[in-house]
Amino acid sequence: MFTGLFYALRREGVKVTVIEWLALMEALELGLANNSLINFYYLARSVLIKSETQYDAFDRAFLQCFEGIETPPEITGEVLKWLENALPPLKVGQADKVADFHWSLDELKKKLAERLMKQTGEHHGGSHWIGTGGTSPFGHSGYHPAGVRIGGESVNRSAVKVAAARAYRDFRTDETLNTRQFELALRKLRLLSTAVDGERDVLDLDGTVEATGRNAGRLELVWARGRKNNIKLLILMDSGGSMNPYQRLCSRLFNAANKSTHFRDLQFYYFHNCIYEVIFNDPFCLRKNATGTYDFLRRYGPDYRLVIVGDASMGPGELLMSYGALDWGADNEEPGLTWLQRLAGHFEHSVWLNPIPRAHWEMVEGARTIKLIGEVFPMFELTLDGLNAAIKKLRVKK
Amino acid sequence: MEQKKHYRGSAKYIASEELINAVNVAALLKRPLLIKGEPGTGKTMLAQSIAENMQMRLIIWNIKSTTKAQDGLYVYDTVQRLYDSQFGEGDVRDIKQYIKLGKLGEAFVSEEQTVLLIDEIDKADIEFPNDLLWELDQMSFYIPETGETVTARHRPIVVITSNAEKELPDAFLRRCIFHYIAFPDEQMMWEIINVHYPDLDIKLVRSAVRAFYKIRSLPGLQKKPSTSELLDWVQALAAGGVDPDMIEAEMPLPGVLLKKDNDMALLQRRYGGGELPGAGRKNLTGYRRG
Repeated sequence: MFTGLFYALRREGVKVTVIEWLALMEALELGLANNSLINFYYLARSVLIKSETQYDAFDRAFLQCFEGIETPPEITGEVLKWLENALPPLKVGQADKVADFHWSLDELKKKLAERLMKQTGEHHGGSHWIGTGGTSPFGHSGYHPAGVRIGGESVNRSAVKVAAARAYRDFRTDETLNTRQFELALRKLRLLSTAVDGERDVLDLDGTVEATGRNAGRLELVWARGRKNNIKLLILMDSGGSMNPYQRLCSRLFNAANKSTHFRDLQFYYFHNCIYEVIFNDPFCLRKNATGTYDFLRRYGPDYRLVIVGDASMGPGELLMSYGALDWGADNEEPGLTWLQRLAGHFEHSVWLNPIPRAHWEMVEGARTIKLIGEVFPMFELTLDGLNAAIKKLRVKK
Repeated sequence: MEQKKHYRGSAKYIASEELINAVNVAALLKRPLLIKGEPGTGKTMLAQSIAENMQMRLIIWNIKSTTKAQDGLYVYDTVQRLYDSQFGEGDVRDIKQYIKLGKLGEAFVSEEQTVLLIDEIDKADIEFPNDLLWELDQMSFYIPETGETVTARHRPIVVITSNAEKELPDAFLRRCIFHYIAFPDEQMMWEIINVHYPDLDIKLVRSAVRAFYKIRSLPGLQKKPSTSELLDWVQALAAGGVDPDMIEAEMPLPGVLLKKDNDMALLQRRYGGGELPGAGRKNLTGYRRG
């Protein structure tokens, strides 16, 4: 049943499994969907979807499968039963649609309540009782200039409408992120901490007590490996003019990384468009406050993880020509690309984060340099998905 | 063990229909209910509300970064046994008396069905949820020390909350019913305030709520204020005798809502002032210096 939804979800990238699908079937068998599409919507979502980031994908898949199907809102079951055996919709010509200005919602509600009290059965095609295809203000598929729709195509709380509203669009993981999401993503770098290597040099107090206890009092020392995070992180940020539109995004990444306390070492450096013989210590990129790139490579061993943040968009000359640097007075004998290759060769783990969405990489002005740099560093877009992929990349040697 | 009762929400807790549905689905399908949502959307309160509404005992297992799955099942108090053996107290041969059941164990052996809240499961180690898979699935665990198997007499309704600080393992997620508590809209917020402080001036509540959503929608806010902060704010405004008409324009007492200097500065730039006239300016925060 509904297997279309199952495959639509998988097409949308939600990895629904058979276990979850069977759970949904079990729930349907128990009658938990109450035979209404809106209940089915919530039921299926709570059983199949396990993260708010996938709510939007669910909405999209649901729309694909159920678009055009409308269910009535929850009106007393009895009234709905009257309406079930409906007449075909009443066609009303434009001329007949005289607006009825003499009505008020309160009055209408009062009348509906009265009629609900008096009416005892089905009624179709008339002008007074609740029914279908007539001109009474109450019912559906009929016409009354100011009527109360009961059942039929509903405006209120329809599942398809709820899905179409796509209220969870903001939670999509491929959207760009806020500081907290950055922090969470960076926290995943903790996974890198390998409890496998290192000496067993920390006294495991609980283990010792436990083992000694099991030994009926004869002391037995248990040693464990310290669970330290071994990650040392270097972040190099482009502070060139073309990065201005992404300033807020980058400062969020900066804040998040700065707040993460779980790295063994964390250093920030800056560059202007591309990296040459010096790397700057602050975002103002002044020569008097810079570190020679060779010194930089000596100071930070290959085990540092290198993250470069930049739009990788520049004139190809800045990357490919000797003395091509944008800054007046820069004396780079070697082209930028050589320096980048040198960096990539030195560090065992490195990634390039690009604030320009991946979909635009081939269209923007810097498409050529993006491609060139992408061949040197694995390049990811600066979104939650991109960052997660980058962090995964940082875990393994390239 | 057939479940007859349905959860319907309780007087003290405003639950959306979707949430109520999710609770009932989880109870009937006999699966744990995983609740996520912004801080302050009442994830923990939900379990209390379920317990109250269905008249069951609530067992709360608060997870900390050091909590291990084993702690929830049972703890073998080896130190006590060692101590007893050295001083000749108690019957050391009877291991049973040194086995203390954890919260999960407690829920299993309870005479009546209980509601078990596993609070903030993401605080624990990444592998923690996986370690509980079997126990939550089968509702039983084995104690090798005594050779006993503890099996649940009545399957507890398990509610698990998470603040998304860590990714939960897929195998664990597959077995859960999931619900994300969206941040309440204005209408719902009125109801929530009304439940907590039924006597407050309606005009004050309305303009406070409107101001609250205005603040929340400020672009670039680092920490958005949550429901509990709004509740405090409304109370502070009422206690301070603030004129409801000026709340939206002046945003008094912002220190109750905003906890970060940057956010405070942001609000200041937008609305100026920001304090009750005459309130101690210096000791709110140090943001003026910048």
